[in-house]
Amino acid sequence: MHRSLFASFALYSAALLLTLFTLAPLVWLVLMSISSPNDLTSVPLNWWPTEVDLSRYGHLVDLNNGAGHRFLAALRNSLLTAGGATLIALIVAVPAAYAFSRRGASLALLFVFLATIMMPPITYVLPLYEIFGGLGALNKTTTLIIVYSAMLLPFATWLMKSNIDVLPVEIEQAAFMEGASTAFTLRRVVLPLALPAIAATCMLSFLVAWDEFFYALIFTSDLSAKTLPVAIADFSAGRVTDYGVIASVGVLATLPPAILAICFQRFIVSGLAAGSVKG
Amino acid sequence: MSAISRSREKWVLLFPAILVLSLITVLPFLQTVWTSFTDAEITAREQQVNWIGLENYIWALTDPDFLEALGRTMYFTVVSVGLEGVLGIAVALLLNQKFRGRWFLRVIIILPWAVPTIVNAVAWRLIYHPDYGALNSLLLQLGFIDSYTSWLGDPDRALNMVILADVWKNFPLVAYIALAAMQTIPGDLLKAAAIEGAGAWKRFHSITLPWIIGPMLVVLILRTIEAFRVFDIIYVMTRGGPSDGTKTASFYVYQEYFSYLRSGSGASYAVVVAGISAVLILAYYAGIRRDQRGA
Repeated sequence: MHRSLFASFALYSAALLLTLFTLAPLVWLVLMSISSPNDLTSVPLNWWPTEVDLSRYGHLVDLNNGAGHRFLAALRNSLLTAGGATLIALIVAVPAAYAFSRRGASLALLFVFLATIMMPPITYVLPLYEIFGGLGALNKTTTLIIVYSAMLLPFATWLMKSNIDVLPVEIEQAAFMEGASTAFTLRRVVLPLALPAIAATCMLSFLVAWDEFFYALIFTSDLSAKTLPVAIADFSAGRVTDYGVIASVGVLATLPPAILAICFQRFIVSGLAAGSVKG
Repeated sequence: MSAISRSREKWVLLFPAILVLSLITVLPFLQTVWTSFTDAEITAREQQVNWIGLENYIWALTDPDFLEALGRTMYFTVVSVGLEGVLGIAVALLLNQKFRGRWFLRVIIILPWAVPTIVNAVAWRLIYHPDYGALNSLLLQLGFIDSYTSWLGDPDRALNMVILADVWKNFPLVAYIALAAMQTIPGDLLKAAAIEGAGAWKRFHSITLPWIIGPMLVVLILRTIEAFRVFDIIYVMTRGGPSDGTKTASFYVYQEYFSYLRSGSGASYAVVVAGISAVLILAYYAGIRRDQRGA
């Protein structure tokens, strides 16, 4: 179909506008992180840095610097928490997904699973806080891992179930005919076939855990367990007067999910669509 | 394998998941419900906890501050999800056209979604900064304002500014799902309509929209469920202020628990919030079933 000149103009204007709307806040975050404090506090702003200042990134990866120490500790905690929770969630989710997909477990139960993560965390948080407090388990990475694995589990089960659904059942049947146990078949037949789905589920689960703030805010209190989101909220709450430092922490925390999102866009978009739309 | 052992095996496979979810969600939820009927407080010393029946609920449902917080939460939810729906469909319509550079736009649109919620909140707080913010500088240089404005300092405006930040982060998901649904529309259908003289609006209104409405409904209800429990972005951007102008329901409960240490009454607020969420969740499942029947 041919477009009129006016239609083309409108189309490209809309595309340009959308590009600006999408990128401007991100570009500005990056610019803030490399501008000098003077540029950032001039009125009106000095949009383009008079000289590129990378010193904040240098400080943030330096353990001997106060801000760097806080940042690196939070980074370690975030990696451990998100990684550990993803691992546990997957180990628990795969057998459950198999039960839903191949052993006729009721889908109503799966919906109950999913309903648990749709409820506001505020309805669970106080009893958990009191239980973990009673056990002396507050401010521990392990505690966050346990809570996060429950948070990731329903979605991971759901994604794995819809992926196991489309695997050819004949191969599993052949394995059972040979006398293989379910555990063996799961490990040796289903897992290898479902590997791409497992990778996609891991990535999405990791991103959800990386993003979590509420439980981390309440269950952690110092650098031994605080995750990046909590550390960033601390940074922005006034301990730091240079906005460029806050911006550079933000840029660093955004890089891993942004890179994953760009590289594995197809995976992610279809995973999200499956999670939110398909029944 | 016999039917009985297959059925037993089903429960063995499900057991770890049921155990984890029971301990971390179902039991805490029941505990919260129980607490909501008591006068419990968060304290280190031994306390006598009394069963006080519906007193907390009567208090909660007649507390104008809590009702205002609920109303504010609904406003936040309806406006952000509404904007995300409109913007998402508009963006999907654009990305469904053929033009040079489309692949680039389709790729970068995912970036706001990838920005962690807290980073998004921090970034927009800096953009809105009353003294050095980018929004002030931009509007001043373009001549839209005469002097710097405190965007988050005005109780009537702050919530709308938070909504803008929330929409920026969340429209990509809606756009991608709208686009995926649009791509399944047979091209012949639209071509035939065009040949028969249906204009662009008519084609959108009578072909595209009915085609994508099922998946859109489901994703928008899901976003509604998420928006209704909004906490993180509020915590970082405004802490519920100024003068409670952005205090949403989750934030209200959070303060009742951890600032005023009243677990009994906090729990009753939490249960009310949970009840509204439950209605939304049921609507979500109804939406999914409708969508599946339609497809």
